[in-house]
Formats: sequence, C-alpha cells, structure tokens
Amino acid sequence: MHAETDVLVIGAGGAGMYAAIEAARGGSRVLLIDRSLIGRGGATVMAQMTVAVALGAETPDHWSHHYADTLGAGRGLCAEPLARLLCEEGPACIDEMDEWGVGWARKDGRIVQAQAPGHDRPRCVYVDFLNTGPAVSKTLRTVVNRAQGIRKAGDLAVVDLLRVDGAVVGAAAWHVATGAPVTIAAKTTVLATGGLTRLYRRNSASANMGGDGYALALRAGAPLLDMEFVQFFPIGHLAPRLIGMDPIMWDPFRYKLGGRLLNGQKEEFTSRYGSDESGKYVLARDVATYAIIKEVEAGRGSPHGGAYLSFEHCPPAALREAFGPVIDRLAANHIDLTRMPVEVAPIAHYHMGGIAADARMATEVPGLYAAGEAVGGANGANRLSGNAITEALVFGRRAGRSAAERAGGMKTQPFRPAAARAALDLIAAPARGGGPNTAEMVETLRATMADDVGPLRDAARLTHALERIAELSRALGDRPSGEGTAFDLRRLEWFDLRNMLLVARVVAATALAREESRGAHQREDFPATAPDWRVNQVVRWRDGQLALARSAAAPREMAAQ
Amino acid sequence: MTDRAQLKIWRGLDRAAGCWETHEVPFEPGQSVLDGLRWIRAHRDPSLAIRFSCINANACKECMIELDGKTVYACTARLEPREMTLAPLSNKALVRDLVTEIAPPAERFS
Repeated sequence: MHAETDVLVIGAGGAGMYAAIEAARGGSRVLLIDRSLIGRGGATVMAQMTVAVALGAETPDHWSHHYADTLGAGRGLCAEPLARLLCEEGPACIDEMDEWGVGWARKDGRIVQAQAPGHDRPRCVYVDFLNTGPAVSKTLRTVVNRAQGIRKAGDLAVVDLLRVDGAVVGAAAWHVATGAPVTIAAKTTVLATGGLTRLYRRNSASANMGGDGYALALRAGAPLLDMEFVQFFPIGHLAPRLIGMDPIMWDPFRYKLGGRLLNGQKEEFTSRYGSDESGKYVLARDVATYAIIKEVEAGRGSPHGGAYLSFEHCPPAALREAFGPVIDRLAANHIDLTRMPVEVAPIAHYHMGGIAADARMATEVPGLYAAGEAVGGANGANRLSGNAITEALVFGRRAGRSAAERAGGMKTQPFRPAAARAALDLIAAPARGGGPNTAEMVETLRATMADDVGPLRDAARLTHALERIAELSRALGDRPSGEGTAFDLRRLEWFDLRNMLLVARVVAATALAREESRGAHQREDFPATAPDWRVNQVVRWRDGQLALARSAAAPREMAAQ
Repeated sequence: MTDRAQLKIWRGLDRAAGCWETHEVPFEPGQSVLDGLRWIRAHRDPSLAIRFSCINANACKECMIELDGKTVYACTARLEPREMTLAPLSNKALVRDLVTEIAPPAERFS
C-alpha cells in the first residue's frame, strides 16, 4: 500500500497532534500516523500532573523567569534556544488549548496556577490533578478530527525513514493490523514519537515509547543529543499491585499532605542523605532517588525493594478531601491509607536527551523535523517539573509550522521505490519460525537497563550493559522473526527490539563516556560535577558504528548546579 | 503469596477457524488479566496477540476484551484463582486472537 502527503507526522500524542493541527492550518495536507491508536498511546495521555507556563494568572510572571528556572534545573546543559522557545511560546499554546475547551482549573474566573518544585512562583496549570494529560489528549484529538486536511491512520509502525539525496522523503511502515507493507511519500516528516521509557523495567509511560524516533532519526543521519540523561521519578508506585492508576500518582498527594518517606524499618531516612524533609515536600527528585536506592542497597528497603510512603499520620477527613474519589479507587485495590503505607521506588519517567533540532524544530537532515519529548536539549541534564506537556505543545506547534512552510515551497516529486527497497525487504521478510522469544527479550533488555543503566551508574555496570545489549542484538539477528501476518506481535517486537537495542546502546555508551555526575546522570565512580563536562554529547550513526562527539553547551549566564 | 489462574483464551485469525487455548499463570493478588497475558507472552508464547498501550493506568482504553462474556479492560480486570475465559470483542471485527478493530473508521489506514 502507498500513501502520499505533504506533511507526515509520526506519533499521535500531544506533540504530534499539535504539529498536525498547525501544519494543516498552514495549508498542508497532513498524514498523522501512530503505531498504536490515534491519540491513545504516548505519554501525554498518561500525564496526570501539571503544566508549567508563565501566564501570570496567579502572581505576576514573565517567560524569562520560567526560562531561568528551566536553565537552573538543567544543570548548565540546556540548549538555550529550545528552552527559551518552550518558555516564551508556552502561554500562547496554553491560551489556545483554553480556547479549544481543555478546561484548565479556574478560581474566580482566572486560571489557577500551582507551585511546583523548582519553580520560583506558582506557575503550573492543570485540569484536575489526575486528569490533565487525558484532557489535553482529548481536546487535541477533537481539534484534529474537525480540522480540514488531516488524514489519520493508527496501527502503522514505521520501520525506517526514506531518503533521496540525503533528504527525508517519507517513511516505510508495517501495517500492524493487516501485516501489509506501506510506503508513504511526504515532502516533510515530523518525528513526534516521544521518549524511551519502555527501555526500563518499571516506567510511567505507555508501552509503545521504546525510543523509535531516536533510532529512526539516527539511521536517517540525524544526530542525537544528551542521550545519557534519563529522568527517574523517585516515588513511582511499587506495591501492592495498583491497577487503574498511573504509577506516579502519589506526587500531588504527597505535595498536598506531606506523605512521609520511610525505610523498611519504618524510619525516616532522607536526612542521612543531607536532606531532612520534616514532613514537607521539598526533596529534589535526584536526591530522593539517590536516598531510596542507597537505603535499599544497605538492606533497609521495603519488602519489594523500595521505600514506604505513609499517609497514616493524616486524619481520614484530610485524606478524603485531598484524594476525593481516588480513595475509592485505592480501596478497590485494597489500599487503605489510614492504616497502611504503600511502597514506592524510582521509576523511569522522561528522557531529556533526543533528536538534535534547532528552534524551528528542524534536524540536520533536510525534510526531517522533531517535536515534543523526541527532541533533545531543552531540559538539559534534568527537566523542571511541568515542562513536558508545555514542550509537547510548543514544539509540536512549531514543528508543524516549519514542516508546512517547507512543504509549501516544494513541488511533488515522483516517488522513488528504490528509496524504500531495503526497508520493504525487511518488512516483507518471509516467515521465520523458531527464533528468540521477542517478548522475553524485551523483558531482558528492560531488566538490564534498570539494573545497569539506572539512576546510579558506574563503569562496570555500564560496560556489562553494553555487553548484554550486544548479546541481545546478536540473538535478534538481522532478519525479522514471526510471520508478518495480522497483528503478529513477534514481528512487531522484532522491529521494536531493532530500535530499542540501538537506543539502549546509545544511552549506555554516552553514560559510560560522561565521567562525572550531573543532574539525572549520577556516576558512583565519578560523583563530582566536572566543569570540563559542561558539554553536550552528540551521537551519530556512521557506517553501522556509533560516533560520539562533544559540543560546548549553550548556557552562558547560568552556573552549573 | 502466589495463586494460579487458568486463562482460557480464544486464538485465531478467523472467527470460523479459531480454537481455545488454556494457560496457567502465576499471580499475586491484585494483578490484572493483562499482567497474566503479558506473562504468557514472555514465558510461554510470544505469538499471543493483545492490544495495549498504557499497561495499567486505564488511560489508553485499548485493551478491551470479553471476560466470561462481559466486556472489560484487561488492565483493570483482576486475575482470580479459577478458570477465566477470554475472548475478542464479539461486536467488533476480529484482527487476531484477542485483538479487534476498535479504532473509528476515520482513524484506520486504508
């Protein structure tokens, strides 16, 4: 099957949908595709928290203050033009979402802005504490549906971007629902595929965020930036099994009620790591992550290998007021917060690194743009809370505009099947019986990344991870397993693993090269932040090899730390 | 504490030519039917088809199946220590095994 479009948008989360809307407004025909269903997968729909934006609705604010906080959190590594774009254009996108009826929480007619860690003033808007992401997704999906010129197609897993004379001219995909190979000719292409949290055993995003876009960009010749910086969320839910809820749901309640973090012996322990909370929610994410992991290593973890989070000191009425109907959903999981703590542990949450792009969201490769979490650099070594949805909206809008502008000035070129030959050869590979259990391999990779490329790293573990990744790559082979028939998950997972193993290798290799600790990258064998390392690592794929290079980080005025 | 559930699962690419397959899966109380299906894929048979995205947040709404004849989300239905019968949605076009065509027509590739 073959499709033609002006602008191809890969990934239908927040960034992809905004990109599609903006490209269509710019007069382009748009094809919006997703490997899952449209507007259901990705990270946006899972975001239960808040959105940082200098609206000044709560207290006077200006984008430059948000910018200063973003650069500060980024520990000296933010790509300034991207961070600035995020902060400067955030208010316009939030206002537009408001016009589209997202329903930002209001009080006395004005939008409410909450204080969140790392911000110098109340700056974070929300819909309601557990419904922000779903509301953002639903709103964008409604706008996409009523826009002229956007064609949508779910169940399309992109195998490779197509190039002619160095420029990206579309994509080759595998139609998961039927098993059919698909070629798409596009004047411009936007990668809005989100991050790589699926590489980790426990994570807070959808199962389809395995870093596809990073692998697609890399193989198409675009460099990646800051790939060693994976953000872990310290108090992801660990036990008892909690279903029907996002694993990072505890954060706003901890913020409201001051939930206590306790070790396996029910003692407060964060003061041992230089930060005494005294029941307040002030612990930085990286410090909390470090403290929990170290306590577990010392044999003082909770039964499932984390820490306890206790609200037992809170009066039942206060719990009911803060949690509302969530109390009932917890009860359905046999969790009674008045009588028991839950167990929490760090969980992979977000990727600061990603595809290198300029402030127009253009990559180095002509015709290829990136948007949202797929873009690297805006958040440096550590993302400020609330910046992820803002980034999805702002970068999505900008990428859609840039992609439409370029497409508008281009003539339709005849599709050149030769550009798709290698990808189609993979997609249409004959059935291969036996072979590795791809589902098991995914689990093995996730365990390796969690154990050896987690929040706390050292050379021995990173080297071990690289060896394990190489073994898995050999086991995967270079010809797809499975049959390639309708919804053949073995073949889908083979393509997933092809991307996941490449991206895992990039994360481990860049983490091994960065011999210092900074933000989300903590090396136990190099615990200090090294001034010499105030540089970004850039990765390219050349002749089947990874090439690492360093480039000076942009920030001038913000000191590291 | 580990219990065991017997998952009786409909398999096939064609409603007229399917078959039932039963797998025993270990679980801890509180785990979901989707947890059990994912266990089968990783430990017994990776060819088992199930559609899911968010895993357990009940946000993506992709994992709708029939459990003992009732429509449920596999991610919020709980495993129980008994035989549980899992089938694709009977009112949607079959794709494979437990996967049906649940996307609106305008969001499908054609």
